[in-house]
Amino acid sequence: MGELAAVVGIGQTKYASRRGDVSIAGLVREAAGNALEDADLGFKDIDAVVIGKAPDMFEGVVMPEIYLTDALGANGKPMLRVHTAGSVGGSTALVAASHVQSGTFRRVLTVTFEKQSESNAMWALSSPQPFSVHLNAGAGGYFAPIIREYIRRSNAPSDIGIMVAVKDRLHGARNPLSHLNLPNISHQEVEDSMMLWDPIRFLEACPSSDGACAMIIANEELVSESPKPPAWILGGAMRSEPTIYAGRDEVNPRAGRDCAKEVYAQAGISNPRRQFDCAEVYVPFSWYEPMWLENLGFADQGEGWRLTLDGATSLDEGGDIPWNCSGGVLSSNPIGASGMIRFAEAARQVRGDADQHQVENAQLALGHAYGGGAQFFSMWVVGARKP
Amino acid sequence: MGDTNKETIDSIEAPIYLKYNFTAGLAPARFLSHLKKGILTGQRCPKCDNVYVPPRGSCPACGVATETEVVLGNKATVQSFTIVSIPIPGNPIEPPFIVANLVPDGANTSFIHLMSECVNEEVRIGQRVTAVWKPEEEWGFAMDNIRYFKPLDEPDIPVELIGHLSVNGEEG
Repeated sequence: MGELAAVVGIGQTKYASRRGDVSIAGLVREAAGNALEDADLGFKDIDAVVIGKAPDMFEGVVMPEIYLTDALGANGKPMLRVHTAGSVGGSTALVAASHVQSGTFRRVLTVTFEKQSESNAMWALSSPQPFSVHLNAGAGGYFAPIIREYIRRSNAPSDIGIMVAVKDRLHGARNPLSHLNLPNISHQEVEDSMMLWDPIRFLEACPSSDGACAMIIANEELVSESPKPPAWILGGAMRSEPTIYAGRDEVNPRAGRDCAKEVYAQAGISNPRRQFDCAEVYVPFSWYEPMWLENLGFADQGEGWRLTLDGATSLDEGGDIPWNCSGGVLSSNPIGASGMIRFAEAARQVRGDADQHQVENAQLALGHAYGGGAQFFSMWVVGARKP
Repeated sequence: MGDTNKETIDSIEAPIYLKYNFTAGLAPARFLSHLKKGILTGQRCPKCDNVYVPPRGSCPACGVATETEVVLGNKATVQSFTIVSIPIPGNPIEPPFIVANLVPDGANTSFIHLMSECVNEEVRIGQRVTAVWKPEEEWGFAMDNIRYFKPLDEPDIPVELIGHLSVNGEEG
């Protein structure tokens, strides 16, 4: 992995369905400014900028990184754009980390964003092509049949998804940055919400959010220049696979399993459920919690739903492996930033800086993102202790 | 300066219209040419023998070109599906409707298509269906020459055989 690197600053915006008070430039500037403040640094202390977002078609701004250089203090500095669909927030963080781990730069600013209120994701993701019928009912329409197959295979009780939807919103109610604030959400309310793409109900799906997330990643030498405890990067990996190939397991994608295996090997993880104190995992539709519990090795095949059922992933129920204490993608979803929020929230936990959604004495956390047709994966492991 | 009562304008609507030509490439061009004649085809991977539909010119698992055409039947099996309750922008289909992942007999991959002439609540994984084509005079170079798939009066296929039926619907 090269040289040691750590997260020394984290900045997020407030997530909302519409941030009409800022432009895209204002949005990323807000996150970057918050991260610099958190690290007690200024733009002059940054050697390079790594930026990511979901497809340009969303907001219709082509190569927005060029227009955003001023807002990010990147004039005259190396800047790189990362694009890996919905997993981009995670892979952008990993690219930024590698800028430091390689020894090329000493301190890097990384930012991701989405302004869904100025975009049309459904349109951007479904341009008609003649070899396929034009039925793309958004991401929910794509993932619903995969979830149906998971339920068939695992024989999970039909309300596991509802339980995840409630749990992540209760977590989100602890997080003042969260887009959705639903402290009184009930099982019945989720169950009664409209079935959009059977078996996905309205309240089992993520919201559309505006927002940005930023981090400052520094090398070992510069870590002490920032006042707060660092989150040491103990491992990072990306894997991808084609959307379609004969024999592909869409429920339990190999790229996800391989990515977890690699990042665990780097960080010395042999039993993720026992060794991690918490995890921030990309769960845009409720059923992806049990599916990823299995894909990431927190549970055996077909058994992931039992952890949800037992409250193992719930902060409120005192679970042993809380997932998405920040509220997760189900509470805030500025798509391009959603992966980086997972990585940043994992880092906040091991820095002991997660306020009302802090897991007590968290030492080791997993950040995870996925994208495309569940084919792009990025993950990192962060820890409180210097390796 | 200074009528402070004026409403602040923080954004304007500026829709983007994008017109583009689709360049099919060699393999999809052959596929689309067959569709124009009312024939559904796949292409076989020379290495793993799997048949891809719609063919995109290669087997991503083996990283080789798929050059052999395979004529597929009209029958298919439901691999999975969703009942969609919200309209698709710009599409006249009225919800609720079924979008299914279907594997045609003789192919090893699925595509999505509409199901109709069915009771939504009775659609199931492993169900047998058949293609309903548009009238011949409406056929173009497009997958929607097939209007939808409808249920067949045949026994369901065991899950482990989905994606592994020969072109005449038999195991193997």
